[in-house]
Amino acid sequence: MADLTTKLGTLQLKNPVLTASGTFGYGTEHLDFMDLSRIGGIVVKGTTLRERQGNPYPRMAETPSGMLNAVGLQNKGTQYFVDHIYPNIKDYDTSIFVNVSGSTVDEYVKISEIINDLDKIPGIELNISCPNVKEGGMSFGVSCPLAAEVVKAVRKVYKKELMVKLSPNVTDIVEIAKAIEDEGADSLSVINTLLGMAVDAKSRKPILSTITGGLSGPAIKPIALRMVWQVANAVKIPVVGLGGIMNATDAIEFLLVGASAIQVGTANFIDPAISVKIVDGIDKYLDDNGFKSVSEIVGGMII
Amino acid sequence: MKKFILDLTVVENQRLNYQYVLLKLTHKDKLPLILPGQFAQIRVDGSPETFLRRPISINFVDTERNELWLLIQVVGPGTRRMAEMKIGETLNMIVPLGNSFSAPNSLDARIALIGGGVGVAPLLMFGEWLHRFGYTCNFMIGARSKVDLLQLDELSKYGEVYTTTEDGTYGEKGFITQHSLLNTPDFDCIYTCGPTPMMKAVARYAQENNIFCEASLENMMACGFGTCLCCVTETDKGNLCVCTEGPVFNVTNLKWQI
Repeated sequence: MADLTTKLGTLQLKNPVLTASGTFGYGTEHLDFMDLSRIGGIVVKGTTLRERQGNPYPRMAETPSGMLNAVGLQNKGTQYFVDHIYPNIKDYDTSIFVNVSGSTVDEYVKISEIINDLDKIPGIELNISCPNVKEGGMSFGVSCPLAAEVVKAVRKVYKKELMVKLSPNVTDIVEIAKAIEDEGADSLSVINTLLGMAVDAKSRKPILSTITGGLSGPAIKPIALRMVWQVANAVKIPVVGLGGIMNATDAIEFLLVGASAIQVGTANFIDPAISVKIVDGIDKYLDDNGFKSVSEIVGGMII
Repeated sequence: MKKFILDLTVVENQRLNYQYVLLKLTHKDKLPLILPGQFAQIRVDGSPETFLRRPISINFVDTERNELWLLIQVVGPGTRRMAEMKIGETLNMIVPLGNSFSAPNSLDARIALIGGGVGVAPLLMFGEWLHRFGYTCNFMIGARSKVDLLQLDELSKYGEVYTTTEDGTYGEKGFITQHSLLNTPDFDCIYTCGPTPMMKAVARYAQENNIFCEASLENMMACGFGTCLCCVTETDKGNLCVCTEGPVFNVTNLKWQI
């Protein structure tokens, strides 16, 4: 049994496997299927200041080796999270991150301040890359000055682990990663979904109500790997890799290109216990290959 | 209700017509309790185009034989793969998912179960429950043509069966919502599952005549247990997941344009 503990800034995770925001609910939904204490952490559903109903149905389209979604951050708002969800999840024996989404800098700051006061939440993931919200979201993540501005403002009020989720829908992800690092982020999660669309040739209509949506699943893994590799080579803070991870081998590939930890997303829909299997698979890989700790393979790709 | 991820083994694959098969499956252990109206999320292995699980209604549970039945309409690559399954092959599923139909409030209630197409699937199981608990029910099944009417023999074990076909090849001619049985609105409870236009017509009839009515919806979903938030329907309480708050809804709560 190798040492699976992983450090993100000052925060120590029991292993490098997190579940990605919007694909694991609040963890509660998976209690029938797995032991939550076996995974490194949970990034809960995107939380906005006020309740959002999200986009109209249809919000999903299955695509080759993946899916498009256009949920649009449906959630009951920050205060509801504090009053009704946090009490039920705070004692889970794993690290819980709140995914924070806003449409103005002020909103991001307000939510971060509120979450900062919750003792059992050791970190947030700043979502500046949701492609499905008209009011903003991704507009922060595709512009260096805006990304820097929102991270700077949140850093002033948020004292714990600040992870920032990057958008792949940019010309130069490295430039944005560096700007965010300079403003004091503790880690970067790379990548959010890729903007895509699906059309029904029979009806000649778009499948999603919003026409475009975010593509996830193994279809995007090669792009995600490339971006994690580029960002990890350019910044000093830890990178959390995600995008199409379906099994332990996929996860190990992300670690090899430089990710310190990984997030499992769409795979949770297909096998709700997959995250635990990935923890076990990484452990076995380390043992089989004579590594004593997971940190030994981070960035270990042989060129 | 606790959800399970189970590998079930095919014991029978019965082709019903050009488009439908009935799969009967069993498990080495006793099947969990499944309520009428609930569904399973089926994993179809094999190709990039069947990436997600498929939500399929539970058609029937034969507790004596420890069998679960799925009525499959072949509409795409996933259901085609299921329809080709051979005896002894296994099918991975998450079950049971979703809520269930509500019991009528009186044993004397006059009950109609109105279905169309593959929508007959959950009505067979619900009809068997109603029959077992002493209710009297009427099945009203509509189809395009005689060949599309499914499981009439099975349904007739648990209640009277009334049918319509659009081409008049069996039963009354027309849509099921035009059946003469509905001319006098003396039902207390209506339960419906089938194509959305049919369910909307049933809902309109029920609301006009002040009849309790539940409909079982079939929205596209990724997870099936409330995390992806893709399968929502608009209700008087906002967007709700069909997979966890449904699939059965009282039609008065749905924001349907009817």
